[in-house]
Parts: sequence; C-alpha cells; structure tokens
Amino acid sequence: MSMTLLEFARGPALNLSLAIFVLGVVFRLVWLAFLPRAVDRSVARGRAGTVLRSAIGGFVSHMWPAKEYRARTMFSTVTGYVFHFGLAIIILFYAQHILVIEDLTGLKWGGLPTGIITIVSVITLAALLAMLVRRLTNPVLKTISTFTDYWSWFVTTLPVATGLLAMSHMFARYETLLAVHILSVCLLLVSFPFGKLMHAFLVFATRFQTTYFYSRRGSHI
Amino acid sequence: MELPMAGLGTVGEALSRQGVSRRSLLKYGSYLATLMALPAGSGRAIAQALADARRQSVIWLSFQECTGCIESLTRSYSPSVEEMIFNLISLDYQETLQAAAGHAAEAAREAAMEANRGDYVVVVDGSVSTLDNGIYSTAAGRTNLDVLRETARDAKAVIAIGTCASFGGLPAAQPNPTGAVPVTEIITDKPIINVPGCPPMPEVMAGTIAYLVTFGTIPDLDHLNRPKPFFGDTIHDRCYRRPFYEQGKFAKSFDDEGAREGWCLYEVGCKGPTTYNSCATMKWNGGTSFPIQSGHGCLGCSEPNFWDAGSFYSALPTRVGVDDRVLPAALAGGAVLGAGAALAARARKKAALQQQAGAVTGVSATREGSEA
Repeated sequence: MSMTLLEFARGPALNLSLAIFVLGVVFRLVWLAFLPRAVDRSVARGRAGTVLRSAIGGFVSHMWPAKEYRARTMFSTVTGYVFHFGLAIIILFYAQHILVIEDLTGLKWGGLPTGIITIVSVITLAALLAMLVRRLTNPVLKTISTFTDYWSWFVTTLPVATGLLAMSHMFARYETLLAVHILSVCLLLVSFPFGKLMHAFLVFATRFQTTYFYSRRGSHI
Repeated sequence: MELPMAGLGTVGEALSRQGVSRRSLLKYGSYLATLMALPAGSGRAIAQALADARRQSVIWLSFQECTGCIESLTRSYSPSVEEMIFNLISLDYQETLQAAAGHAAEAAREAAMEANRGDYVVVVDGSVSTLDNGIYSTAAGRTNLDVLRETARDAKAVIAIGTCASFGGLPAAQPNPTGAVPVTEIITDKPIINVPGCPPMPEVMAGTIAYLVTFGTIPDLDHLNRPKPFFGDTIHDRCYRRPFYEQGKFAKSFDDEGAREGWCLYEVGCKGPTTYNSCATMKWNGGTSFPIQSGHGCLGCSEPNFWDAGSFYSALPTRVGVDDRVLPAALAGGAVLGAGAALAARARKKAALQQQAGAVTGVSATREGSEA
C-alpha cells in the first residue's frame, strides 16, 4: 500500500523540515555572531557594569510602550502579547505537543486540559486575525508591509487554525486533519529561519544591541 | 463424479432442517438490523428475505494468511448467532473447513463456479503474492494470483476478509519479500468489500455477508471500501476512556497511576483516533471487552500500513522513520556554513580595508609628488 498522508506528514515531511529548521537557525545565528563588527571608537560614558545594567533595563522597559506612544500602540502591543503568550501556552502545554517535545529533546512536563487549550487557541486565533485586520486597515502599516510580513502571519496562523480543526475532529477525518496540521507546522519550520520569524531568536540580540549602543553613549532609552 | 450443487434450497428450509425456529430467525434479523443501524422494522424484512433467499454460494479463498480470520468467525463467543452465517450461505470451498481434500476440493470450487456463474461471492482472506508471478504462495500447484483471477472472473462480488486481503497486511510489511498486494490491486472490475481487522470482528464479517445475501447489494462503503455501518466511527470517538483524553489525563506507562486509574492510552501509543472499527461499541467475546478496556492501546489493525506506521507504542503526533543522525548533521552543517559565511564576510572586509588603505596611500603619494 502506498504511504498515507499522515505517514508522509509524520515521516519524510516532518523529518526534513526539522532538519531545514535546525540547519537554517544555526546557520543564521553562527553567521551573525561571527560577522565582522565595527569597533565603537567612542569613549564609554560610565563604567562597563553600569552600561550593561542600563542596557538590560532598557531591554525590559521596552517590553511596554513609553507613555508618549501608549495610546497609539496599545492595541498592537496587547494583541501581540496575547497571541505570543497564546502560542507559548499551546506549544508548551498541550499534552500532544509535549509528546513531540519529549520525542525531540527527552524533556517532558505536565500538560493542560484540552478544554483550556481550545479556549487559548481560539483567543490566539482571534488575536492573530485582529493583527492582520490592523495591518490591512492602518495606512502606514499597510504601506510598509511586504510579502514576508503576510507570509510570516500566514505560516504562524495556519498551524493554529489547523490544530483547532484537528482538536475538534470536524469537517474531515481526524487522520487527515492531523496530517494537514503537521504539514502546516512543516511549512512554519522551513519558513522560520529565512524570514521575519527569526525574531524569536534575534529579538534578544537586536534589542540588547540597541539599548547597549545608547547606554554606552549615556542615553538611557 | 456427481457433486452436490451449491445454492440448493432456501435459507429458511436449511434452517428449519437444523431445528432453527422462525422466532430465532426473527431475532437474528433484528440483531443484524441493529448492528448496521438499519431502520426499525428492517429486522423482520431481513428475516423474511433470509428465509426466502436461496442460499448464497460462497467460495472462500485463503492466500497469504494465518487463519486468524476464519478462527475469529468460527470461534466467536455466541456461535448460535455467528454460525448462522453458515446457514445463510453455501460454503462451497474453504480449505480449512471443508471435508474434501486434494482434487475433490478443487473440483468443488470449479463445480460451484460453473453452477452459479455470475452469482457466487468470492471471499478472500490473505494477501496475494505477485513477485515472480506469485510463486511464493501456491495451493494445488497453482499460484494464489492465478486462482484469484480465475475465480473472481464470474463472481458477483468479492469480500476481502481481514487486513491482509484488504490492504496487504503483515505479508506486505517492509521489505515485502513476496510482493504481497491486497485484492483490490488484482481485481478491478468487480464490487469489492473490504472487511479489515487482524482479525476482523465476527459480527462485522457475518453482518457484511448477511447484508449481501439479504439485500443482494453491497452496503455503503467508505473510501477504503469498508462497510460504513461498521467502519463509520473511530475507536477514539466511541471509546469509554475518551473523557480522560479531553481532561488531559493520560497513562504515561502501562504500570503507572494513570494506567491503574484507567486513563487515556494516547501517550502510550493508542491508535484509536485514526482507526475506524466497531471494537469500542460491539466489543469482543460477546461484548465482554476490547483491547483498550483490557489496558492496551489500539494497534490500528483495521487501517492500511498499520504494521509499518511506526511503533505500536509511539504516540500519534510523534515522528516516524527517524534517522538519529539527521538533526545533529543539520546542526553541524548549519554551524559550518554560518562560520564559513562569516569568515568570507571578514575576508571581504579586510580586502576592502586594504584596498581603501592602498587608495589613500596612493592619493597622498600623488599629492606629495605634486607638492614637490
């Protein structure tokens, strides 16, 4: 008998996309870490320890918008947090996902009931849709959005939607829904290292670099 | 030699000869109707149709199989019910059950084919060897492949009993040394009903054959040619442990607290969510139990490729066919490529700086020259 869709998804598709994910992420991180950097020839204002502390403080303070921008950015900040936390809860605390993590890393922990994960998934999906609506309706955001912005949204949202369908056992057979869900995750994995989704790793580097750069010059942002 | 012709007499006559009352037949009709979720009242219709029906000639071919399917059917818990199937049909050829042997047995098959041309049903259990023209499985000096083609030619329908006949089964497991294939890959011009399972449930086998005899048509089939009345729902959808799945309560091993509490077996590899069969509702041994009730996950034995779809004990969402060298190789490859790209960038920067320095030196030299 030929291979079923689920066997293809769990087998060649998942194995290959995981390999591409690992290769791509490691490639980009190593590449960035060892790229030649311009030497900062300015004289540091304050001692190195103070600069570092200030840089970390800047990193933390930027996790919430400054008072001046709060009114304008509150919606996207809150919605952004909602779907990021939602994704984290779904990925880390759905029992079936923990099995995958255990299979990959050997680590495991307790999961949450399916009902809670379902509610979190619906909220996450709603937040992701709200972000898309904002991107399409805000004139400035729409102008500066490129294909990669929409693609990043698509490959993030697709696994949430297909995962919800797989949990619901609706519209198609479970094995088909599960296969489609796994394939959507494969798409996310192969897209991840080569676009804006890399921010999951790079946000720490970029934000720290910026705050460090200004802190060194005595500007505490 | 005069052989007894198949299909002689009605089912009703055959039953009354054996002392089966009309009342018992009505009860059996109702039982079948209930099993297949047919409308109320069809039990009586089935009983009447069965009583009047001429006994269906059935030729049962056993190929690459273990006889587990026929064991399941004949040794069922309530033989008074499942054995009735043998009263509905005229089993004209079955290597395990028939009294005849050798040439007489083969002659019985040929006689039944001749007497009921276009009207007999072929039941197959076991997969068909096709490699090297099928020489890896033969009976009476002929390959299964040859006998199947010949016997199915004038059949009304073919019923593939068991996972081997339906999907290839264990003989088709990698590396499939005999080139085993299911019946559907050999016979393409006849209605084929697949009744998979390793073995199939006795009620499902009996019910499918009875449906064919009663209504003269094949029941509604799913995309894998399985009768929908029996293969419409997953084990998971009908499992009594399903609430634990929803609550996230899983047995993590076969002897932990969760296993003792009877929690869901999904994490220890239960294939219930992707397996379509009636085990969770009809249960085995006269409705006594089924694997999950006995504390073991479903193997998915009525699904294609269940034997090669990863370990029976690995959970459904996890990877299959994993090569442990791939991810470390990807990691090392990524590191080497990244370092290479960074070194190349450093070399480009160095070259650019040198070129710049050279240009600056050249400019100042020219300037000095002109000043002199």
